[in-house]
Amino acid sequence: MVPPGIELRGLGLRYAGAAVFSGLHLTLTAGEFFVLLGPSGAGKTSLLRIIAGLEPPDEGLVAASDGAPLAGRVSYMAQQDLLLPWASALNNVMLGATLRGQLRDAARAAALLEEVGLTHRAHARPAELSGGERQRVALARTLYEDRPVVLMDEPFSSLDAITRVRMQDLAARLLAGRTVLLITHDPFEACRLGHGFTILSGSPARLAAPTRLPGLPPRAPDEDGILHLQGELLRQLAQGGA
Amino acid sequence: MIRPFVTIAVFIALWWAVTAFTAIPPFMLPTPQAVAEALWGQAGYLAANAWVTFCEIMLGLFAGTLLGGLAALGIAASRTLQRWLWPILVLSQAIPVFALAPLLVLWLGFGIGSKVSMAVLVIFFPVTANFLDGLRRTEPGLLDLARTMNASRLNLLLHLRLPAALPAFASGLRIAAAIAPIGAVLGEWVGASSGLGFVMINANARIQTALMFAALVILAAMTIGLYMAVDAALRRLLRWAPGG
Repeated sequence: MVPPGIELRGLGLRYAGAAVFSGLHLTLTAGEFFVLLGPSGAGKTSLLRIIAGLEPPDEGLVAASDGAPLAGRVSYMAQQDLLLPWASALNNVMLGATLRGQLRDAARAAALLEEVGLTHRAHARPAELSGGERQRVALARTLYEDRPVVLMDEPFSSLDAITRVRMQDLAARLLAGRTVLLITHDPFEACRLGHGFTILSGSPARLAAPTRLPGLPPRAPDEDGILHLQGELLRQLAQGGA
Repeated sequence: MIRPFVTIAVFIALWWAVTAFTAIPPFMLPTPQAVAEALWGQAGYLAANAWVTFCEIMLGLFAGTLLGGLAALGIAASRTLQRWLWPILVLSQAIPVFALAPLLVLWLGFGIGSKVSMAVLVIFFPVTANFLDGLRRTEPGLLDLARTMNASRLNLLLHLRLPAALPAFASGLRIAAAIAPIGAVLGEWVGASSGLGFVMINANARIQTALMFAALVILAAMTIGLYMAVDAALRRLLRWAPGG
């Protein structure tokens, strides 16, 4: 699986007659973890949905660097875990196969649950799981799809700080080598996980020039420079939002 | 658990007080004792007729739920069915079921067929409407997720929208269990040779008011029992649903 890079060329979206964003250009390097920050309402989720093919842009296009269509190569992890309440963790992981009418690979699903540390919860229903465990099942479900591009919309925002740090480590390890675009509100998360980041802000919203982060993710929470980076990013966000 | 018994006891006490301290004649309001005597004295006759009504209700409930469920699935699956069938279903609710009862008896006869059909007519719409509502209200996030997973339309319906709509279907089924007896008894009133509705009409004509009340008590007990059984079964089956 060679992940493609992704190019946004002049993307624009209007809502109720007003432009949410327009003329967005961005290149996501193949196999890298890229972070998108920005204030609420700037259209981050809409942008992600457009890249996922869930809604069409009003202008511009999304292209893969290898020229092949993106459809079928993207998996999507939303803010909510979106687990089926009636199905076990194991069956939730295999949801994609069920919905495509394919043979379900229970051994692979079990191996993925092991990867996220939930072997002992394979037969539990979502209501019996904690918030962190549910997000780990959702991550295993994303991995089961085995798509080269992964889009994530604040998947860890509802978790407590410690669970969140663990989920970040897990995601960084298990998604390494894929082209990932992560939306977050959290500068700390951006600094830990990103190869680079950009900020979507303003009205209509525009993308700031992408910033490369030094070193390689995942950066340890106590790594030198993380605090400094985070502070700088927070300042940028505060200026952009003002 | 004790509250329903207290309610029933207070109700019977009030009823007794009304019969004891007012001048209402027994042929209009029999005493609780007289109704109890009718229940005991004519137990065999009442049981035989209650069994007939019970069978009509169960058959009607089964057929109505099946038909209503299939109709909802069909409408959810096909736009054509939705455009043609749904308006007809809504319009059909403008016709009072009461008005159809004599016709059904005329067409299907005095036997069980016309009563089962009445029960089906009464429960079909609530079952269909509730289930369809559930099928249409699938969490949008789940539908998005399914789209990124390249779900086929049929699998989406069977594995996602259908199970997600089961709690709504269960609401329809609870209503159906509570109102199916109305359909059956309505059919019996119009024309029947057995059943609790037949007993009531017969007893009414002969001013055997106590017997009529006895039939009413059995019908109420049967309806409550049926509702509670259906409710308990659904709660067990849908344990995953919040509040289910």
